[in-house]
Amino acid sequence: MTALPLWFALVPAALIGVGLYGIVVHPQPLRKLVSFNVVGSGAFLLFGAVARRGAAVPLNGDPVPQALLITGIVVAFCASALAVMLILQLHDRSGDTSLEPAGEA
Amino acid sequence: MIDALNAGIALLLLALGAYAVMAKDVFAALVGYIAYGLLLTLAWMQLRGPDVALTEAAIGGGLTGAMLIAAATRLRDRDAAARAPMPGIGARVLAATLSAVVASAVAWSVASLPEPAATLAPQTLAAMPALEVGNPVTAVLLGFRALDTLLEAIVVVLALIGVWSLAPDKAWGGRLGRLQHAQPDGMLAYAARILAPIGIVIGMYIFWIGADLPGGKFQGATLLAAMWLLVWMAGLTDAPAVDRRWLRAMLVAGPLAFVAIGVFGAVQAGAFLAYPAGLAKPLIIVIEIALMPTLTLVLALVLVGPPLREPER
Amino acid sequence: MDAVVDFMSIVAIVAGAAFFAAGTIGLLRFPDTMTRLHALTKADNLGVGLVILGLLPRAGSITAGIKLLLVWLLVLFAGAIVSQLVGRVASREPPR
Repeated sequence: MTALPLWFALVPAALIGVGLYGIVVHPQPLRKLVSFNVVGSGAFLLFGAVARRGAAVPLNGDPVPQALLITGIVVAFCASALAVMLILQLHDRSGDTSLEPAGEA
Repeated sequence: MIDALNAGIALLLLALGAYAVMAKDVFAALVGYIAYGLLLTLAWMQLRGPDVALTEAAIGGGLTGAMLIAAATRLRDRDAAARAPMPGIGARVLAATLSAVVASAVAWSVASLPEPAATLAPQTLAAMPALEVGNPVTAVLLGFRALDTLLEAIVVVLALIGVWSLAPDKAWGGRLGRLQHAQPDGMLAYAARILAPIGIVIGMYIFWIGADLPGGKFQGATLLAAMWLLVWMAGLTDAPAVDRRWLRAMLVAGPLAFVAIGVFGAVQAGAFLAYPAGLAKPLIIVIEIALMPTLTLVLALVLVGPPLREPER
Repeated sequence: MDAVVDFMSIVAIVAGAAFFAAGTIGLLRFPDTMTRLHALTKADNLGVGLVILGLLPRAGSITAGIKLLLVWLLVLFAGAIVSQLVGRVASREPPR
């Protein structure tokens, strides 16, 4: 069993934290979406480090998490695309992408 | 020496991720995010996952970047939310504390994983010869966890239907998206004419080679979708209309064939998506060929958007 | 003979890395878009070309070598197209 590559375990945890900060703080939905994608890819990277840890000769990594990650990346992209279309729809209908209720600042 | 490389890539990833989140200008943040996606490909190679690296490069680096830049360009002129003020210092400190707590919790839970790592690699290797597939990730995707792949194919079609549902009522039945204009003898048209055939050949190669080497239908479908998008952006072709029968047939053919093979396996071999002995490789090939058009269409059309033009009648 | 080939490989790859470093410094230090594009094309064409030249002897088979050359040609092509497109937009906007 390979020792967990420490860098690819701690840095993704930090990326999840940074992305979470971005989701909470940004008023603009497109920036929230980018921060959400940062959280997502940090989580994938974490999972990938766990997959690397499960290496058994002659394979270099556990293939089951890697297969799940491929599925995850594709589905996350489709979800982001749907979110982008919703943001554009909000912009077309109301002239602005603000998430504040109408009538407030 | 190798650990210095890992450390360098990981720290650069953290810096780029932080830049993508915290940059003041939207475009700067997007460019940072695209660079982050491309660097992630290197990280995946360091983690010895070439299939995931290919998928991340194609989808994370390519398609997501194109989608975000197109959206930011559309929103650029009238978006007051971009100029809205960030929350005050109190809210930001609270958010930072929350992020720090979550990050530490995740890091702690990873650091306290049990030491002989639990892994399914030996079991995968032991069961792979029955499938006659050389790439263990493909064996998992289409053999051992085929149910996940089936559900994913259905989910991505649902995402496309979700995008189409945003059409204005009078545009239903019309062509998707807006007509793209580019100079017919300009650089973009030239690039589309030269790159598209090469990209299609490479995409089909990556799809076919996925049985035994890193690759597979997701990466191949992404390349084919990207080539179609290039030709569409150059104005050399137009998106199909949403009520075309061939479009809808090709979209559902993939999941339907997958379900049909699953039912066939339930009847012949005792469980849904079980493969009868000796038929595993041909059935896997049929599933992959059926899923390629579905995935290509979904990945390409989900970027084009809902129908926005009235039906031509 | 092997040692000579290895040495040439290392020289080529280090030279490619030097061009990448020069291109990156240019990207960070040059004042506007056009000059930055000029720096980036050096990294694109010569940097990638030298690295691939250094990797060719280690490729393992003729097919792998042809794939490496195809990668270089595609990077050249994509870089040229994107530079043209970015340059056209940059030449229309007022300099920042």
